[in-house]
Amino acid sequence: MDAITTVLVAMLGGALRVSTPFLFVSLGECLTERAGRINLGNEGVMVFGAMIAYATSYETGSPWLGVLVAAGCGMLIGGLHGLVCGMRGVNDVAMGIAIMLAGTGLAFFFGKPYVQPSAPLLPNIPLGGWADSPQLQNALAVSPLFFLGLAGAFAMAWMFRATRMGLRIRIVGESEDAARALGLPVERMRFLATAAGSGLAGIGGAFLSLCYPASWNEGLSSGQGLMAVALVVFARWNPVHCITAALLFGAAGALGPSLQTIGITWGYYLFYAAPYAVTLAILVATVQPGRTLKGMPGELSIGR
Amino acid sequence: MTTRHDLSRRSLLQGVALTAPALALGVTGPARAATTTIGFIYVGPKDDYGYNQAHAEAAAVLKKMKDIRLVEEEKVAETADVERTMESMIRLDGASLIFPTSFGYFDPYMLRMAAKYPKVQFRHCGGLWTKDKHPMNTGSYFGYIGMGQYLNGVVAAHATKTKKLGFVAAKPIPQVLVNINSFAMGARSVDPSITVQVIFTGEWSMPVKEAEATNSLAGQGVDVVTCHVDGPKVVIETAERRGMFTCGYHADQSRLAPKGYLTGAEWNWIKVYSDFAEGMKAGKAPGNFVRGGLSDGFVKMSAYGPAVPAAAKARAEAVKAEIMKGGFAAFTGPLKDNKGTTVLPAGKALPETAVELESTNWLVEGVIGAIA
Repeated sequence: MDAITTVLVAMLGGALRVSTPFLFVSLGECLTERAGRINLGNEGVMVFGAMIAYATSYETGSPWLGVLVAAGCGMLIGGLHGLVCGMRGVNDVAMGIAIMLAGTGLAFFFGKPYVQPSAPLLPNIPLGGWADSPQLQNALAVSPLFFLGLAGAFAMAWMFRATRMGLRIRIVGESEDAARALGLPVERMRFLATAAGSGLAGIGGAFLSLCYPASWNEGLSSGQGLMAVALVVFARWNPVHCITAALLFGAAGALGPSLQTIGITWGYYLFYAAPYAVTLAILVATVQPGRTLKGMPGELSIGR
Repeated sequence: MTTRHDLSRRSLLQGVALTAPALALGVTGPARAATTTIGFIYVGPKDDYGYNQAHAEAAAVLKKMKDIRLVEEEKVAETADVERTMESMIRLDGASLIFPTSFGYFDPYMLRMAAKYPKVQFRHCGGLWTKDKHPMNTGSYFGYIGMGQYLNGVVAAHATKTKKLGFVAAKPIPQVLVNINSFAMGARSVDPSITVQVIFTGEWSMPVKEAEATNSLAGQGVDVVTCHVDGPKVVIETAERRGMFTCGYHADQSRLAPKGYLTGAEWNWIKVYSDFAEGMKAGKAPGNFVRGGLSDGFVKMSAYGPAVPAAAKARAEAVKAEIMKGGFAAFTGPLKDNKGTTVLPAGKALPETAVELESTNWLVEGVIGAIA
């Protein structure tokens, strides 16, 4: 296998392996933001989800139960955020940061006993049986959660476009006045959207501890939850574009290590910055001056 | 505005009555010196299967010693935070000996505290203590773990089929480079056709990147991997899942890889800590510049895993016996780095104690990778 193929296969594998947490958290954030609220707490939700999923899997022997519990806990934490933000005069961003710190802190506190043991993990689906090269086979061993994320993205896009519920969420996110005029329960819908969004972020966390890198420790997250907020902007609040954004981010992240294995060893710090550089470049290239961000929900504001 | 100070005889008596026990406690203070309070500060969690666990395990043994009281704090950032931690250990817990175990604690934080509390002893892990530059109540200790990685390399060379070994490294600082070089020298002492592929992750602890690096190595046909990151758990587990052999680092990781774990280079800090603590009890300050390797008991090897062939064990044991005698030099001239430049002329040898190694800035021939 020549050098370029190696890097491409590694990037494909990296995209499939690394992208899933970005996908889930950005989908969750997308849902919440389309309803007109920002949730920076999803980083904390994700770390807590990772911990509780690992702990549940270890205690019960069932990784899928771990995923469920992570989603449930995510909804609880997100619900708290939704509830508090629904009160008059509460700032989304400040509350989000509080939730983020509380989530990570709680996860570290309760997660202490689970750093050492090895929990049962979610098995991958081997899709590379047809390939000759073991590299390709390995790159194509994809986690079922990845497909769940894909399905979730398309389902959410369909929901926004074609269902009554999707329309109502969009109205709540676009114009609170219009929503109230229609008699929609604005606060309740935002509360539900925030809770559901954090539930998805919790699943993203479960992926980190049960699929890849598949281990619980306190340095597990490297800010995926916060990056997801940027990815949603990048994806223009479109769930299907969240897939592209997450895949791109995953692939760019795999660039650094794989280039080093084929002998391109200079400047690895630069390659490690590739995902961020790519995001920045695309944002700059697609934003036109003198216009607000296309697709941004009207009610979304950090000043509220 | 006036404030009345009525200092009646009654309140004076009350005051005396209240302060008396405190004074008495103060007087009994020196008697308390029978127990020595020792402070341990870790940069990460105590159970990271790595650097911090190696220290914490030794601290746990130390705790059981007579007349020793231990105060510990984990996850202390290499910022002004560590100064506050040291200060509270000294003032609130009465610590007389402090071990700030992480590299970044030394300068300026520990030095600042040492100037402020000249009666407290500070011993730092890994810092380069210099006699005229640094105060006498500070010092540093470290182990020469490079020979452990050399032995890892010897065993790895017997286990590999593809003749490609891998090394997941955090940052290209001298200690890490010495480990990579030693691992490569050990392996190539068995079979000079072996190469060591190194991947730098750029961070001491970054699980996703460590897993990616291990996977990339597997994709390249590397079949034995070792590492130098703060917590080797992710590297060892990922390698085990990919069916690779692993050599451990920092602490014993055999539980994480029951099939593929060959052996590992571990710290044995209890040797250093118990020496220091015994000295303190006898009223003697610990040494200011303490170094030691396998033969001094500062470093030990993990037990051989089930996959290690008999030939590898025999060879490794023979080399180990040689190292235990003292004066063993893994780096002997003529030696080239991986760019072809001669780093060690013929006739010159660097034993593990050589000061030159503490400023290593090259990768030895046979290592694939670059520092910048």
